[in-house]
Amino acid sequence: MRELYQRLQSLFVLGELTEQRANLFFITVEKDRLRPLITHLRDREGLRHLVLLTAVDWLEEGQFQLTYLLCDRLTRRDLGLRVMLDRANPVMESIHDLWPTAATYQRELREMFGIDFPGSPRLDEEFILEGWNTTPPYRRDFDTLEYARSQYAERAGRETRDPETHMRAQLYPESN
Amino acid sequence: MKPELEKRIVRTPDGQEFEVDPLRDYYCEAAPTVMPAAYGKIVEDLFNWARSQSLWILGFGTGCGAIEMRPLMTPRFDAYRYGVQWRPTPRQANLFIISGYLSTKTLKRAIRSYEQMQNPKYVVGLGSCTINGGMYWDSYNTIKCLDQYLPVDLYITGCMPRPEALLQGFEDLKKLIRAGKCEGANKYSENFDWYKANQKQVIHDWDMPDYNW
Repeated sequence: MRELYQRLQSLFVLGELTEQRANLFFITVEKDRLRPLITHLRDREGLRHLVLLTAVDWLEEGQFQLTYLLCDRLTRRDLGLRVMLDRANPVMESIHDLWPTAATYQRELREMFGIDFPGSPRLDEEFILEGWNTTPPYRRDFDTLEYARSQYAERAGRETRDPETHMRAQLYPESN
Repeated sequence: MKPELEKRIVRTPDGQEFEVDPLRDYYCEAAPTVMPAAYGKIVEDLFNWARSQSLWILGFGTGCGAIEMRPLMTPRFDAYRYGVQWRPTPRQANLFIISGYLSTKTLKRAIRSYEQMQNPKYVVGLGSCTINGGMYWDSYNTIKCLDQYLPVDLYITGCMPRPEALLQGFEDLKKLIRAGKCEGANKYSENFDWYKANQKQVIHDWDMPDYNW
């Protein structure tokens, strides 16, 4: 993994490196520099499998973090690429032409986080939700509990009493 | 509105053209009506006894509870000895078991299936998710109170109920049917507007007819 990182460093401008395990590294890259790097990793370095593409909402920093996790099955190593996006205008280049499965991840991210991937197939179709009309539900400023309370009817819970006061009122009504 | 529900001109192989309005031509526009008991008490009691012996379940699993129904079909629990069996289509079934959590997306399909079932029909809510939301009490897409959307005759508690609890539930449902207390379909017809208003409040893209008979 180390020599891979050093080789990449001589070719690309890389950001911060996180060594999670001996065979799992994460590298932060700039938004515009992801595509040449990920193409190189797929075609030259044997990281051919896109394990997942997911997002993290860093609400306080005003950023979305995209994680592209790549895997090399032969040498059993994983490499994650992190891309930080501006939360106010989350647009990212689509990689559906490199891995067709990425289109599915991108549809999900579009629906659940509201991250746009221009050019990705069937992006504007509904993926899981139907008729969703408010903030995308996986964004952290979406209040799930408040939404569930306002949207779905609730059944009143059981009545609970403090045993001590209840029994005192039952047994010794004159003491109150 | 879905494209297949819009009015369109259809051309036959012979070259004829005619207009198809799916909402009018393929669906019944009339809302369901209340079906009062047709005969006297003795005959109705006999009918109810007969109905209670034939519980045919719609094979529609909505949540994890569907897994608990599978053992009932196998020799170990063998629900068939109680006159309970599973059917593949709503037209052949008279018992709809909502087996666990119901997301709004599945609720839409559940409503369509329920309305296509023929009278007399019964609904059983299975598991705590159908009663008060259970572990999905704060979910953004799961309903919490099933009887707001469909008329429920019986709830079976548990998360999930064991197959034995389901068998007990069938026996309790039979008692209710024999007592003439399972009037869910009539309740649905009587309060049709209330049920529809509740359903449309949670299903935001209502792209089907109001009544899918």
